[in-house]
Amino acid sequence: MAEDEVILLGFWASVFGIRPRIALEEKEVKYEYREELLVGNNKSPLLLQMNPIHKKIPVLIHNGKPICESLIEVEYIDEMWKDKALLLPSDPYERAQARFWADYIDKKLYDPAKKIHITKDDELEAAEKDLIEVLKMLEGVLGDKTYFGGDNFGYLDIALIGFYGWFPTYQTYFNFSIEAECPKIVGWGNRCMQRDSVAKTLPDQRKILELPKLIRQRLGIE
Amino acid sequence: MAGEKVKLLGYWASPFTLRVHWALKLKGIEYDYQEEDLPNKSPLLLQCNPVHKKIPVLVHDGKPIAESLVILEYIEETWKHNPILPEDPYERAKARFWVKFVDDKCVPGIFGTFSKVGEEQRKIAKEARENLKILEGELGKKRFFGDTKIGFMDVASAWIICWAQIVGEIVDIKLVDAEEMPSLVSWFQNVLETAPVLKECTPPKDELLEHNKGFHKMLVASAST
Repeated sequence: MAEDEVILLGFWASVFGIRPRIALEEKEVKYEYREELLVGNNKSPLLLQMNPIHKKIPVLIHNGKPICESLIEVEYIDEMWKDKALLLPSDPYERAQARFWADYIDKKLYDPAKKIHITKDDELEAAEKDLIEVLKMLEGVLGDKTYFGGDNFGYLDIALIGFYGWFPTYQTYFNFSIEAECPKIVGWGNRCMQRDSVAKTLPDQRKILELPKLIRQRLGIE
Repeated sequence: MAGEKVKLLGYWASPFTLRVHWALKLKGIEYDYQEEDLPNKSPLLLQCNPVHKKIPVLVHDGKPIAESLVILEYIEETWKHNPILPEDPYERAKARFWVKFVDDKCVPGIFGTFSKVGEEQRKIAKEARENLKILEGELGKKRFFGDTKIGFMDVASAWIICWAQIVGEIVDIKLVDAEEMPSLVSWFQNVLETAPVLKECTPPKDELLEHNKGFHKMLVASAST
C-alpha cells in the first residue's frame, strides 16, 4: 500500500470520532489526523465537502475518497488493511453479535450519556438510571472476558471505549460513579487503556472535565 | 449449506421483515417463516431477541440473529453465492452509508409524516421530501443503487418508496414526487419486475394500504384520548 494517503477528520472528545482512529492505530496505518473545531461551529471546507449530507465527524479520507459514519469506517479499515490485527471476528455469527451490540450502543447508550450533561436537575436521575441499565447489559455481554472480542481487542471494544472516556465527567460533575455500579466495565476500560491505540487517542482527562461546563454554557443551561 | 435449518420470525406488514425475505429469496435459501402476532409475541421470539423483543429475527441452526441490517450482513457472509454487497471495500462502505441514511433519516421522516399532525407534520414531511431528493440524486440515471443489478441498498431500502407512497395517500401529503424524483418513483417497481422471486414474497400494495389505514386510525384515536 505504498503512497496511500489517509486523512481522518475528527473531534478530540467525540465518542464516535475515536473509533476509526483506534482502528487505524491498531492496524499501524500511517494517517494524518485533523482536528475539527466543532465548538463554535467552524467546520472546515474539507469536512463540508467530504460529508455534505451529515456535515459530521468522523470522516475518513482514503486517497481522496471519503468514508462517513464511524462504524462503517471501522469495517472499511478492517477490510482494507486485512493483513493486520483483524477487528471483526472471522465467524459470521460472532460478527453478527458484534454488529448487534455496536448497534445497541449507538441506539441506547448515546442518548443518556449525552443527556446527563445537558438535562435539567429533575431529569438527571432518570438519565443516570438509563445509562447504568445499558452499561449493565453490556457487562453481561462482556462477562469475564478480557475484551468484548474475547482475547482479541476488536470492533465492539472500539465501539464502546469512547464512552469510557467520559466516565470521569460524571464523577466530577454529579458525584455519579460508574465504577460503583459497573465495575467490570471500568475494569475493561482500564485494560483497554493499556493499549497504545487507546492511550494515545482517548481524550486527555483534565481537558475533558472542562467540556461539559462549556457545553452547558453554550446551550444556555444553568 | 443444505440441511441447515433457517427460520425467520416476522410480521407480514413489516418492511424490516421484508428486507430479510428479499435477501433469503435472492440467494435461493430455503427457510421456514413464522408470522408473529405482535400484541402476543411468541415465547420463541422473546427468547431469541430478549433485548429488543422485535421482529425480524433469523434463527440459523438454533442461533438467533436480530436487527434486520445485521441479519442481511450475516446472510451475505454465510451464503456467499449471489453476492448483494460489492467486492470493493469503498463501494461496500458507500452501500452501507446509504442504507444507514435511509434508516436514520428517511424512515423517521416518513413515519413522522404518518403519525404527526398540523405544523409538526408539515415540517417533518418537508424534511422527508428533502431526504428523498438526496436519494434521487444518488440514484441518478441508474436503475438500481447496485448499478446494473440489485444490490445491498436495493434489498435493504427499495421498500421505502412503496411505504412513502402509502403514507402520502393516507395523510394526503405527497412525499414521492414524480417530477422531482423520476428515478426514485420507479425504483421499487423496477426491483419487483427484475426479480419475480421478490415480487412473490412482497405483500400487494393495496393490502399494505388497508393495513396502514387501520393503523393510522388507531394512532389518531389514541392521540385524542
